Amino acid sequence: MMNELVSDLSAVRAEAFLAAGICVLLLFDLFIRDRHRDLTYALAMLLLAGTGWLAATAGGDGRVLAFGGSVVVDPLARVLKVAAALAMAVVFLYSRPWLRERQLFRGEYYVLGLFALLGILVIISGHSFLVIYLGLEMLSLALYALVVYDRDSPIGAESGMKYFVLGAIASGTLLYGMSIVYGFSGTLNLGELREYAAGLDGVPVFLLVGLGFMLSGIAFKFGAVPFHMWVPDVYQGAPTSVSLLIATAPKLASIALVIRLVAEALPELLVTWQVILMTLAVLSLLIGNIVAIAQTNIKRMLAYSAIAHVGFILLGVATGTTAGVEAAVFYSIVYVVAAAGAFGIIMLLSSRGAEADQLDDFRGLSQRSPWFALMMLLLMASMIGIPPLAGFYAKWIVLLALVEAGAVWLALFAVLMSVVGAFYYLRVIRLMYFDELPGGAPVQAPGDFRLVLSINALLALALGLFPGPLMDLCTGLLG
Amino acid sequence: MLNNYLPVLLFLMVAVGIGLILLGIGFLVGRGQKDPEKLSAYECGFEAFEDSRMKFDVRYYLVAILFIVFDLEIAFLFPWAISLDEIGLYGLGAMAIFLLVLVVGFIYEWKKGALEWD
Amino acid sequence: MITLAHYLTLSAVLFAISVAGIYLNRKNVILLLMCIELQLLAVNFNFIAFSRFLDDVAGQVFVFFILTVAAAEAAIGLAILVVLFRNRRSINVDELDSMKG
Repeated sequence: MMNELVSDLSAVRAEAFLAAGICVLLLFDLFIRDRHRDLTYALAMLLLAGTGWLAATAGGDGRVLAFGGSVVVDPLARVLKVAAALAMAVVFLYSRPWLRERQLFRGEYYVLGLFALLGILVIISGHSFLVIYLGLEMLSLALYALVVYDRDSPIGAESGMKYFVLGAIASGTLLYGMSIVYGFSGTLNLGELREYAAGLDGVPVFLLVGLGFMLSGIAFKFGAVPFHMWVPDVYQGAPTSVSLLIATAPKLASIALVIRLVAEALPELLVTWQVILMTLAVLSLLIGNIVAIAQTNIKRMLAYSAIAHVGFILLGVATGTTAGVEAAVFYSIVYVVAAAGAFGIIMLLSSRGAEADQLDDFRGLSQRSPWFALMMLLLMASMIGIPPLAGFYAKWIVLLALVEAGAVWLALFAVLMSVVGAFYYLRVIRLMYFDELPGGAPVQAPGDFRLVLSINALLALALGLFPGPLMDLCTGLLG
Repeated sequence: MLNNYLPVLLFLMVAVGIGLILLGIGFLVGRGQKDPEKLSAYECGFEAFEDSRMKFDVRYYLVAILFIVFDLEIAFLFPWAISLDEIGLYGLGAMAIFLLVLVVGFIYEWKKGALEWD
Repeated sequence: MITLAHYLTLSAVLFAISVAGIYLNRKNVILLLMCIELQLLAVNFNFIAFSRFLDDVAGQVFVFFILTVAAAEAAIGLAILVVLFRNRRSINVDELDSMKG
């Protein structure tokens, strides 16, 4: 009994550490003065470092089940958790000057961000419907609150309300699917569900119904078409530091969600969910890339671009092959790097009282700051998928997996859509290099911000030139 | 199968019947003199001065929000209490952690002044 | 005798009502919150019925957690509603349309 408890707790030590840390941080922040608020930030960063380290070492090298099989710690969990903690650290770092300029530099931002991270970690390690649902809600509730973090922003409140209502419907839909699958399989545990599905001959209708509801819920959380309505409004309406947060780490939870609930739990039903995921992916690629062209607000444009990238990620998972799923994980991480950088640049250009959220704000950036124009060029090129950047390699392995799985037409369609997508990324580059902005002020930012932003953008190049190490991490993820 | 529901049906019929009879007697026997004082809304002794469907003070919402969250946590204490002899120290520890987290939330809302009315 | 099918039908009807309510309602955001609550209760119905007929307690445990999460969700929803009202002096669904594209 006691040994079991110790081994269980050791499997979830990153989550336990983070949860305890959040409580301490919340109380700590209550009792310090405003001018010492930087201590809250420092403590949050310390917590992230500890969480990342504990997550990297939890469960040794293998696959460990804990709490009666409802929590799993495997290589996939370790990679995604460390990536999520890193992404959150970058988000916090970029947000600090931005929040401070707007009098939004309060401890709640960090507490809610860390709660979101806790939810992400729980989803990633979830091996039972209950645990995954609780993780998902912890993530979603924290995000709803963060979207309305700027209480005086009318569009923030509006987008928060939309996000909340649609998100709650999606959770309900996901739950309804879970309840049906539970009722007929008799288990909440994903391992037992897998065994149950393997023992079936023929696919019963109820399982398809349940799976359909679950996939709609997942597609919503991912922001895949036709469940994407919230994405542009939230990206545009939320404070930029929150858009940045939503655009990065939660994507890693979404990929974990689809892998755990679908690819790992129900491989027997591959033919069914393959069709659904491919439909979602095709629609996302189509709508995301085409509607993005019409945008003038860069946050909204990045939202549609996120929808298009989700299409690519879902294509990887939809192959159902190990190579495809690993490619999808690789793609997600590369996407998170590029998205963090792009939002970082927006926050860099924003100054007090003037959000740089219009495409026109990028005009003439090459004269105001040649270095950061180059960084934005790298990030946009990575999102397009131009070699030798990371985005190219990520797209390449997804396409390769698609062709190997025999879906040549889908691969061709994805390439075509990437070409369409290149248009709106190139427009940003054109504005930066070939347009003038009269009276543009030079770019100002703290040193750590500049340094990390540069590393972030250069990482998009480095991961493309040397994809080996990250690729090694992403192979052998699935047991 | 529906036989089980016969008492319920009877009960409903009796309830509706009594209600109708009482209303009917009042309607037939009462004298029904109408005057403006009688027809106005009853408001303990003074004139009704505004519509009852007014907007609530936003602070009531805050109380509601805080109440919902803390109210439902009690739901976990009942099953825990009746199964305590089976789950032993493990259960005690788990509940202690749970309550500790609640207390952290409580301290937060107290210190933030959410419990003050003004 | 009431069978599992009865419970599942009731729950499906509740679920459908809640989803229809969310899409048809154009007046008041509070009604949306009620529909969301109804949706979760429909799910709870499913879980409890299955739990009873499978003779497996896990479903009922799940319901406990759903109830708690529903309370937290309602709290956040009300909080967002208050912020929305403070900013716009209205909680009309039709007026939530300032962002387009």
